[in-house]
Order: sequence, then C-alpha cells, then structure tokens
Amino acid sequence: MTRFTPDYLKIAHEILSRYPVKKSALIPLLHLAQEQAGYVSEEAMQHIAELVEVTPAEVLGTCSFYEMFKREPVGKFLVNICTNISCQLLGAEELLHHAEHTLRVKPGGTTDDGLFTLEDVECLAACTEAPCLQVNYRYVNKVSSVQFDQLISELRSGSRHDIPPHGTLGRVRQQIPADRRAGNVAPDDNSAPVWVAEAGPS
Amino acid sequence: MTINEVPKIITSRFDVVDGHTLAGYQRTGGYLGLRDALAKSPAQVHDDVKNASLLGRGGAGFPAGTKWGLAPANVWPRYMVINGDESEPGTYKDRLLLERDPHQLIEGILIACYAAACGQAFLYIRGEMAHAHERVASALNEAYAAGYVGKNILGTNFSVDIVMHWGAGAYIVGEETALIESLEGNRGMPRLKPPYFPAAIGLYQKPTIVNNVETLSNLPWILHNGVDKWNALGAEQSKGTRVFAVSGHVKNPGVYEVEFGVTTFRDIIFDPRFGGGIRDDRSLKAFIPGGGSAMWFYEEHLDLPLEKGTVDRAGSMLGSGAIVVMDDTTDIPKAALRIVRFFSRESCGKCTPCREGTTWLERILDRIVDGHGRPSDLDLLLDVCDNISPGLAWPPRQTTICPLGPSAVSPIVSTINRFRSEYEAKITMRSSIPVVGVSS
Amino acid sequence: MTDVQQSAPAVAITVNGTGFDANPGELVIEACERAGVYIPRFCYHPRMNPVGMCRMCLVNIDTGRGPALQPACMIKVSPNMAVNTEAPNVKKAQDGVLEFLLINHPLDCPVCDKGGECPLQDQTMAYGPGESRFIEEKRHFEKPIPISDLVYLDRERCILCDRCTRFAKEVAGDPLIHFMNRGNETQVNTFPDDPFASYFSGNTVQICPVGALTAKPYRFKARPWDLDEIGSTATVDSVGSRITVQSSRNVVLRYLGVDSDAVNWGWLSDKERFSFEALNSEGRLSEPLMRGDDLGKLQRDGAQLVRATWAQALRAAAEAISSAGPDKVGVIGGARLTNEAAYAWAKLVKGVIGTDNVDCQLGDGLPAELLFSLPRATIDEACAKGGVVVLLGPDPKEELGALYLRLRHAIVEDKVTLIELTPRSTGLSPFAAHRLAARPGQVDALARALVAAHDPTGDVAGVSSDAIGRARRSLQSATAVTVILGRPSLAESPDAVVDAAVELRHGVAGVRFLSALRRGNVHGALDMGLAPGLLPGRVPLSAGGGDLREEWPNVPAQRGLDARGILQAAAEGRITTLVLLGADPLSDFPDTDLAQRALERVEHLIAVDLFVNASGAHADIVLAAAGPTEVAGSFTNLEGRISPLAQKVTPPGTARADWIIATDLAGHLGKNLHLESIDQIWSEIIRLSPTHAGLDVTAAADGVLVRGGPFAYTPDATDATAAADDSLLLVATRMMYDQGVGLQNSPSSAHLASPTAVRLSPADFDKLGVADGATVRVATARGSVHAPAASDGGVPKGTAAMVFNQANASAAALIDASSRVTAVKVERA
Ligand SMILES: Cc1cc2nc3c(=O)[nH]c(=O)nc-3n(C[C@H](O)[C@H](O)[C@H](O)COP(=O)(O)O)c2cc1C
Ligand code: SF4
Ligand code: FES
Repeated sequence: MTRFTPDYLKIAHEILSRYPVKKSALIPLLHLAQEQAGYVSEEAMQHIAELVEVTPAEVLGTCSFYEMFKREPVGKFLVNICTNISCQLLGAEELLHHAEHTLRVKPGGTTDDGLFTLEDVECLAACTEAPCLQVNYRYVNKVSSVQFDQLISELRSGSRHDIPPHGTLGRVRQQIPADRRAGNVAPDDNSAPVWVAEAGPS
Repeated sequence: MTINEVPKIITSRFDVVDGHTLAGYQRTGGYLGLRDALAKSPAQVHDDVKNASLLGRGGAGFPAGTKWGLAPANVWPRYMVINGDESEPGTYKDRLLLERDPHQLIEGILIACYAAACGQAFLYIRGEMAHAHERVASALNEAYAAGYVGKNILGTNFSVDIVMHWGAGAYIVGEETALIESLEGNRGMPRLKPPYFPAAIGLYQKPTIVNNVETLSNLPWILHNGVDKWNALGAEQSKGTRVFAVSGHVKNPGVYEVEFGVTTFRDIIFDPRFGGGIRDDRSLKAFIPGGGSAMWFYEEHLDLPLEKGTVDRAGSMLGSGAIVVMDDTTDIPKAALRIVRFFSRESCGKCTPCREGTTWLERILDRIVDGHGRPSDLDLLLDVCDNISPGLAWPPRQTTICPLGPSAVSPIVSTINRFRSEYEAKITMRSSIPVVGVSS
Repeated sequence: MTDVQQSAPAVAITVNGTGFDANPGELVIEACERAGVYIPRFCYHPRMNPVGMCRMCLVNIDTGRGPALQPACMIKVSPNMAVNTEAPNVKKAQDGVLEFLLINHPLDCPVCDKGGECPLQDQTMAYGPGESRFIEEKRHFEKPIPISDLVYLDRERCILCDRCTRFAKEVAGDPLIHFMNRGNETQVNTFPDDPFASYFSGNTVQICPVGALTAKPYRFKARPWDLDEIGSTATVDSVGSRITVQSSRNVVLRYLGVDSDAVNWGWLSDKERFSFEALNSEGRLSEPLMRGDDLGKLQRDGAQLVRATWAQALRAAAEAISSAGPDKVGVIGGARLTNEAAYAWAKLVKGVIGTDNVDCQLGDGLPAELLFSLPRATIDEACAKGGVVVLLGPDPKEELGALYLRLRHAIVEDKVTLIELTPRSTGLSPFAAHRLAARPGQVDALARALVAAHDPTGDVAGVSSDAIGRARRSLQSATAVTVILGRPSLAESPDAVVDAAVELRHGVAGVRFLSALRRGNVHGALDMGLAPGLLPGRVPLSAGGGDLREEWPNVPAQRGLDARGILQAAAEGRITTLVLLGADPLSDFPDTDLAQRALERVEHLIAVDLFVNASGAHADIVLAAAGPTEVAGSFTNLEGRISPLAQKVTPPGTARADWIIATDLAGHLGKNLHLESIDQIWSEIIRLSPTHAGLDVTAAADGVLVRGGPFAYTPDATDATAAADDSLLLVATRMMYDQGVGLQNSPSSAHLASPTAVRLSPADFDKLGVADGATVRVATARGSVHAPAASDGGVPKGTAAMVFNQANASAAALIDASSRVTAVKVERA
C-alpha cells in the first residue's frame, strides 16, 4: 500500500491548493510519494492520478520523463557522481571508476545490502567544486578517492545525520498562512490585477 | 588589464553568514528596493527596468524590461515564472543565489510582478538542489509572515503569491516553454516559438513572463540605487555586473561577480583575483565561454570583453555565464563526446533530428574515442550535424523546435577542424581493427 | 464560423514562385496542398492540433526577413509569405529527417501489415537517401504488445509522431496511451494493466503513419495490394459514418473511416470499424431455415430449425401471411434495411398485404410523427461554433460513437455549450456546462421550466431552481440551439420526452432537433413508411397521394399498431402472424415479459435476418438475408442524409437481399411488386416520395439531405407529468458493447460487453448498506433480477441505473412498457 498516508495526503492537498490548475501539482506530488516510500510505486501514481484528475497513463508519462523519479526501490543512499565537462576535466571519470570498485556496482546498480545506488549523472551546478557528487541530492565537493571511501564508510555507519534517506528533498516545506494568501489566479480570471487597475492606465 | 573595482551587486551577501535569513537580509539593506518600487507606479518601475538594460542571465540575453513589454495589453491574467532550473554544463550561480540570498530573489520577484502586472508567481527550482529548496522555503515562510509576500504586501493593494515549485531532473526543462509544460505537470517538451512565445501564450495558455533567477536578483539593487548607477557600470548593452563561474583547469575555480561588458576573458581566467591562470602554469588549449551549448573559444579570443554583442559577433555566446577552461592535456574528442553525450541524454525526444541525431552523434564519437572509428566518420559527423543545424552557422539554424539539438553540434563543429589530427589519431591508430558488421 | 472564414479576404502567398490565394488562418501545409504542392509529413493530421514534431514538413518560409526552414504544419499563412518547397536546403533537411527516422526503424516491411500503404515507406522511395550510413545496432523493444483487446503496438516501428496519443487525448478524450520515458528512449505505452480501452481505439491504427499499431481483426490477414476497396456507409448505428470497405477474395477484411466533412471526419467507433467481423462469422445464416426434427427433416412444430429451400420457406411464409389476413399480420423491424429494401417491404406490407401494423422501431424510439414535425439540424449545425446543445436523448458516447466525437470536439474546442437533461450522467457530462438530471418521467416539467419566463420557485423534476435558472439564461441568450433528441432511458415511456420536445420546440426561438434514434437505417425506414400511419415521404396514411395508391393497391385506411401495440395484440391473440424484419424483441424490446407472451402466443413467427437471434430461435420460418457490403443501395442517417451503400462481396450461401425477399414473398402471395433492381426502386422512390423527389445520392461526396419538413403533425396527447414520488425509479441505458447479436458474432469484440451493475447514488448506496459489488435483488411489479450493486456519483438520488441487454441481468425484465416510469425496490439478495 503506497497510496498517501493520511498525513501525507494532508500535505498533498496543501500542495494542490497552491495551483490554479490541479495538474500543475503533479511533479511535487510525485516527489511527495517518493518521500513517503523512497520510490514512486504504481499505486502512488494511481493515487496521484485521482488527486489531479488525469489518467494514470498521463501521470506515468510525466513521471517517466524525469530522472529523479525512481519507479523501483533504490538504495537508501543515491550516490550521484557528476561526470560532465567541468568535473570530467578534473578526474570525475576516475572517481566514478573508483566508486564502482568501492561499491562493486555499475552506474544504475544498487549494492547488495540495499544501501547504495550509484549513478553517473549530468552537471550538478557545482562546476567550480569539481569533481563533485551528491548523496540524496546533498553535495559533496572536490571529492578524492580517499574522501569517497571515507564518505561511504560514514554513510554505512550511520554517522551522516545531515543526509536524510532517499526521497526526502527539502526538509522545510513552504507554508502559506491562510490570512496571508493572495490566492490563486485562475487562467480564466480575466481581470487586471488590482494594483494595476487602481494605478490607472500607464 | 582593465579590471575595475565594482560594488558587488548580487553576491554581496555570499559572505554574510546569516544573509539567507530575513534578519540578516534586512540588516544588510534588504527589501528597500521593494519599498522604493511600491512608492512608484507599476509603469514607472517597468520604465526603470527598461532603461536599465538588464540583459537576461538565463542564456539568451534578452533585455528584461523589453520582455515584460511583450505581454499583450489587457490580456489577463499574467503569470510570472522564475527559472531556477540551472543545469547547463559549467553553469553555477543560480544555485548560489538561491542558497545564499533567497530573500534578494524574492524581493526581485515581487518587484517584477508589481511592474509586469503578474497575478501569481511560480519559482521553479531545479529538483536536485535540495539545500536550495530548504533555504527558499524558509525564506518564503519568513517573508510571508513578515508581510512581504502574499496579500496586501507592506499594506499596499499589491498582492501576489510566490509558489515554490521544483523539478525532477531534466535539463530541457530549463528551456522556457518546456519549463511551462513542466509546471503544468507535463513532460518537459518545448513548444514551438512562434506561436508559443510565453509572453503571449505561456502558462495555461496565458501571457507569462519567464525570467532567470540571476536576472531578477538584480532588481532590488537597481530599484534602490537607481538606474543611473547601474548603467554607469558595463558597456554597450551589457550593463551592471554579471556573475561568471570559472571552472576546469584554472588555479582558482570559482564564481565571480565582475563588471559586465568590459572585463575580458583573459581577466577572468588569468587574474589572481579570479581564475588565477591555468593550473600548473600549463597552456590554454580551449575554453567554453558560455556553457555547454556554446561554440568553443581559443587563445585568440582571450581579449574579447565579456560583452554580449561582441561575443555573439565572434561566433559564440556568453550564454549562462559558464566559462570552462581546458589546458593542453585535454583530450579534445573525449571532452567533445562528453558534451554531446549530455545533449543526447537530455534530448526531450520531440524532434526527430534531435532525438535520433544527437544519439547518433554520440555513438559515432563514442566509437571514435573507443578506437573503432572509420575514416569516413568525420565527414559523417559533420553531415549529421548539418542535418540538425543546417549550414553549421552561428547563431545556429535548426531543423528542430528548440536549440538543444543544435547545441550538440557546437563541440563537434568547434573542434573537428582545429583538432582534426587528434580525431584522426584515434581513428588511424586502430585502423587495422575490423569493425564488425560494416559493409562499406 | 466557417462562412466567416470564407467571406474574409484571401491571403495572397506564393508557393514555389506561383501566386496562390490562401484562406485566412490556414496552415502552410494545407494551403500548399490546395495549391497542388504536397509537403511530406508524418505527425501532421488535418483533424488534430499540429505539434510540429516529426520535422518532415520543413520548407523555406519567407515572411520578409529572408527564407528560413520552418515546419509547414505549424505556421499559418500571412500576406505576401513566400513558400519554397523545392530549394536544395529543403530537400537536404527532409532527406535528413527521413534518414533520422529510418536509422532506428526495423527493416521488416515484408512482414509488416502496413507494407504497401506506408507513408514512411512511400516517402523513403520518393525522397529518401539510398544506403544506410548507420552501422550501429537499432533500438530494441519487445515485438508487438497488446495495448488493448483490439490493438497491438510494435514500438520498434513507432516513429513517435504523437498521432495516436494525440487522438486518444484530443479526439477521444481517453488519454490511456501516452509517451513514456525521454529522448531516444521515448515510447508510446499504457499504464501497466490499464489498457487503451477506448471505444475509438481503432482510429489510432488507421492514422498511424507506419505499421506500429495494428488491429487484431486485420493483423496478417492481407497485404494492401491484395485489397480492393469501395466507398460505403457504416450501418451499425444511425450516424452513417462514411467508410471504405476493403476486401480480398470475396471476404471483407477492413473498414476504414473516410474523412467526410459533414459526418464523421474520418473517425469511426470501434463498433463500426470492426462490425464487418460479424458478417464473416460462423453464425451467419446462409440459407433459409424451418422447423424440423433431429435428423434435419422438415416437420411442423419440430424442435429444431433445419435447412429448407427458398421455395419451401417462401411458400410457408406466404401461407402464414395470407391465412392470417391483413389485420392479423404484424411486422416489426426494418432499421437494418437499405432505403430501397425498406421501400420494397413497405410496399409489400402496406401496398400488397394491406396491413398498417408495421413498426421499424422497437418501443425504444419516438413516434415518427414527432420527429417529422420538428425542424431538423445537421451534425454541422449542432456543432457550429458558439451554439448550445441540449441533450435530451441517449448517451452519444455509448450509442452513436462518431457523433459523440463530433459533439465532444464542438464542446471542447469550439465553445459549444452543453445542457444535459438526462436522468443519469453520460459520456459528455464531463464537458457539460449545465447538467440537469431530470427525474424519470418528469423531463417534460423540466423543459417547461426551462422555457418559462421566470425561474421556478422551487425544485422541478428533482432539479434545483438555481440550476434551472442558470441553464434557462444560457438557453435564452443562445444564438443557435440544437436539441439532441432520443430516449434517455428505456425504463420510462416516451411520453415525457415527447412532451419535453414539444415544449422546447415552442419555447426556444429557432431551435432545431438532431435525432438520436440509434438503430441503423431507422430514419430511412421511417421515411419509407415502415411505421404505423405513414407512407413514403413522411406522408400520413390519410393523405396518401393518388399516384402512390395506384401502385400500392391495398393501402389500409386505418392506422395500425406500433411495436408495443403489435406485441400486445400478439399476446392477446389478435395478431397471429408476426414478421421480425431484423428485430429481436426478446433482447431489445424494453418489456421482456410482453415480448415473451407475444412470441409464445403467435401462430406463425417469420424472421428475416442475418443471424438466428434470441427471438428468431422461436421462429418457424427464418429467411436468410444479405448484410451490408453484400447489397447495394442507400442509407439515411440521423440527419436525414442519404449516402450510398456499396456491395463489395456476395452474400453467404443463398442468402438474399431484403428487397428481393420482399419481391419473392409478393410473388408467393400471387402479387407483383414491380421492383426489379436497386436503381429501379430508387427511381420509384424519387417519383413517389415527396421528400425524395429528384434526389441524386451520388451528387455530393457527403451525401444529400432528405428534403422538406417540418410537417404539421400534432403528437398524441400523453398522460400528465408523473407525480413526484420517493420510490427508487429505474433508469435503463445502453452501452456500446452489449449482447446484440451482431456484436456477439464478432470474435474480437464480443467479450467487450460487460455485466451490468445496479448503480445508485452514493447516498442511496450507503443507505442500502451493502459492500461495493455485493449482489442485490432488484424488483418491480413485472419481475426481478439479481446484479451487483455499485455507488455512482453520476446517478442522482432516488434513481437506480442499469445497463440494458447485458448477459448477467436484463433490465428489460423489470420494465412495463405501458407505464410511464419504472419504480424498483433494491434490496440485499
Ligand atoms: C536548452 C535550453 C536550456 C535552458 N536552460 C536554462 C536554465 O537552466 N536556466 C535559465 O534561466 N534559462 C535557461 N534557458 C533559457 C530560457 O529558455 C529563457 O530564455 C530564460 O529563462 C529567460 O530568462 P532571462 O530572460 O531572465 O534570461 C535555457 C534555454 C534552452 C534553449
Ligand atoms: S530540439 Fe531536442 S530538446 Fe528541443 S524540443 Fe526538439 S527534441 Fe526536444
Ligand atoms: S508534419 Fe510538420 S512537423 Fe510533422
């Protein structure tokens, strides 16, 4: 059962309420599902389809377009090594080989203990910190082989409390207090904004 | 060297420990630009931005004030979408702005919504930037509570919600029409322009202003310090300062805010305050001036100023402010392959030439780098490139909807003639190895 | 809106240097085609929004800033635009796209269903590069996977043109297939275990530009070059979609939709598309049958139906008819017939036998006179931009598939406002601007409230005064109103609908009606006089012209009985010989009890049919008729549009055309119908029927409209509006797939019929307190059935909805055709 739990469903409704068109919430809801279960299951996609009022095929169509959504369980730690140009120039491919060796998996694979999934990924916007990687989308900069091995052993031993399990992105959620909300602007709301209307013609 | 000491306009809080919090932001002059803007009419603020020549920092370099003016009059509602999808290879500045100075961006968004008459704003942050999500969410929560965002901002009749949205891993979503598709919950596949210019037909088919994070982060300073101060910096159209990420084989890789339009590539790559020169004092082989999509530059381009028009005319672009430096140890075909692989992996799949062509390019290059190339492959590469980007010209012509497909052509076309011998070396070295299944 | 476009000034462009006047807003690809320059394309389809993604249509377009490669399918013409489709860079770009499409396309043309009719293959021959420069391995996918019960998908062949997926979303509204994954790994697929179960899935096969989508009933059956084809009309429902019938070696193998601007736009429902399967099925009758014994010997009252000769069968039928005498003969059915056959049968029954007890409807239609008295609309008129459509009829999605697609397009794309008055939600409900669910038997009161001068003071027919008010204002401000008129539910008598139609006719200025009588050529049969009180050309019996009477010697003076009357009379012994002309009252008449009593009581039951259906199994004489594609003639659709039916193959065995059966039967009755050929019958029709005078069916590609009308008929007064009461009232509707004999003889589709549930509003369902799907007992004074219960938000409180003619439970067993509404009790079983 990986439909939203009541607690997550509440968050889902909060997210939905911020968009004038329901389907816009689709990607945030897929993230939410991934946060709840660590991956996006078929049941989750069906549940999301109900919530945003589209077919499950449409949800899957969107879901499968984006790399961050995993439709099968992955390791507790997703280790993404950037091998794009800036990192490549500073040894990212060697780092990736080293990681394959340390973890004994190929990119895309998960270690037998289910702890790590290794990926060979594109530019992570940390180009000046090359070579870099992310663990569950948390950055580790200028990584040497030695530092990589140390990182893995810290993760294994559970001493990296700063890294939540795979699926959790931001641990702070946007919260719009009801009394501060300006409100959604529906696409068919064809009136000029007040501050513009009241300022008169330009 | 002509490096002017200039104020830091948008990176000023990068070293302020609590610059990302409301307290730190307010202490360092935060939200003054918004107050200044709200004291004027929306049209006046729009005029300021038009006069300030604020070129878009997302890649295309289109002036922001002009863009806002493209939304058709009296068609409502209008939306604002902020592009924080930063994923162009070599590009690293929007993430810093999101993580270290989120309030500055929020303030910029508010000023833009006020002037451009946008009723709701969506801040689209790249999915992989978990830390940025947290910083922005906290900042928004603080800003809402303090009355800066939401209903009746600072007690005025200006009300707008900024909805934080985030992606899920797809470079193409940085392209503005794909960004809009993605924000509508769809696959991030670009729309054809025309007719789908966002300013006319954007989010939910309504007029939509799409601006980059860095672009909008400049607004508080411009509104607070005045257009004249801004225009006093820079040259030609390229006014103010601009942030560049210098990466690759330099001594000091880093993100640097420099005066726009006058600072040169040589300055930013070699000056000790910036890149500091090539690592180990080796020689420069090539550099990419504006992100993975750009044509490559060489030694002879070093003295060009970081000015949009000049760089365009020289056959490349400043793009997203990503300068990637390669020294003489660089394996050029391999580096080119890495960028081609990027575009082939990131093609959305909509256009035949991009979907099929970029993969084909990758496979040919892969074969060459692997020692399985054939002598005819170099011509084949160029002809496949030509079928994606006819004439191999700059700015690229394209058989595709968006420029992603043609971007895969850049590294090949930039290097294949200049470094032909490197390519050929890989081919002839193994010419005796038979290639299975080749009939020619 | 189209006429506005036509009257706007033309846009002057040049195509390859030659001037051409394009229509404003026209796409370059269309303008060029009209100018005689064909631009190659894969993703563009004239009936769907362009996406510009295959990039095959790139041409040079110059709007003053110099020529640039642009997709001709996305760019609209503008004044002084210069289009060049022949420049070397255009050719290079198109060759390049083709090469890109081919690098991953398998080379399995010799075994591909599309080989020989494949745009990709054709364009490769016409434009393509020669030898492949692509030496790497092609993309691999598992070879064809079923994406529904009817359609297979071969993803290796797919060129990702977005046609099928766009069709599913934009046209059918069933986005159950979608692009999945990204970039070079993009594929079309369904959600796991959620098949592309669309009533319109077959259209995707037709529009796929390669052989990626194939239809189960056609796969590997033939190669395109073995097929001959002919244009015809689909007959399974009354839309009359234009089709191409394709056959090989005297077997029909495929129907394709034809893009008729006025009718189906090239689309077909799957029921239409695959209906040819039944014609080829084992169950087809190939010779007459009569009662006989186990050994196949003829025997009066024998337990079996056994083979007979035509002479034996016709003689027996003639005897049964003449021995009964005209007043004791009744004929039910005729909607299956061509116009010509309907004329022949009308002439036989009314002009020779001399009875008026004939009805081509089965108690599930409306009085012909009502229809004839109303100003009629075409589909185009109903769908015209900005109009209002009132649905006072069955669910078009279930019963009139191609019409549903037109209506859906009109509402979704062309801003047509839909007002639904149906007692339960329909396939169009998601797009309805106003959904007023009239309580069964009270829609007349609702209509009265809608045309009144003021909002009602309280609820009417279970609808709030507020909702009525909003719909009323929408009706009042409408420029054009079309009522889609038919029977929204078979569990109520037609009375309330008849009265509602009359209210709207008089209360809404300029209103027109589009008939939604569903059955095949029912409109042609009505026009030919296969209904009580009528002669050909919508002429009342009483006013029958002299010319006709000369050639129809025995036209009765008295108005006869309709289907219900005939069955009632049969049940009471007043009719002793009953002819079923392609009718199956036991399955189709909304009162099984009455139908059963009638069939049991009659002395002679004669069935003229393609199959032995449930009622035909009781017949003592079964005459084997030829089906569509086996006879030529014409068809009249629900607009009154007459289009040709073509003969493509010969009927099985000795089965005969219905009109020949009529003339043969006349011969055995010692009379001569003087009807010798289809053409000669048609000339008699246009001579004797005032509404058909001088019509030439071949005059227009989209067919020609029957002339004349509205006629001054005053429908019979009906009982007053049903009083409000709080019992559960039954709503019985049809679904596309049911136990109909044609469908059940179509191997690929038969199993698509799904059992009916008893659907209750969530409130009523909760009150019942059973689990979803639990079996409940539904009972009326007439009878009771068991079926699973379900909660359904589309069912209003106080009603119980069931689907007609499904295998598990028969709603018809609950209905008393003589009562205005059907009150039911639903209880735990
Ligand atoms: C393939 C592609 C990727 C892009 N990626 C980004 C991006 O990650 N961030 C961004 O701001 N703009 C990106 N752009 C540019 C946007 O389309 C758009 O021009 C920009 O967001 C407009 O903002 P600006 O005018 O403020 O620069 C991309 C464009 C293309 C064609
Ligand atoms: S060029 Fe590539 S990324 Fe851009 S729309 Fe076309 S297929 Fe998609
Ligand atoms: S037909 Fe125009 S892009 Fe496909």
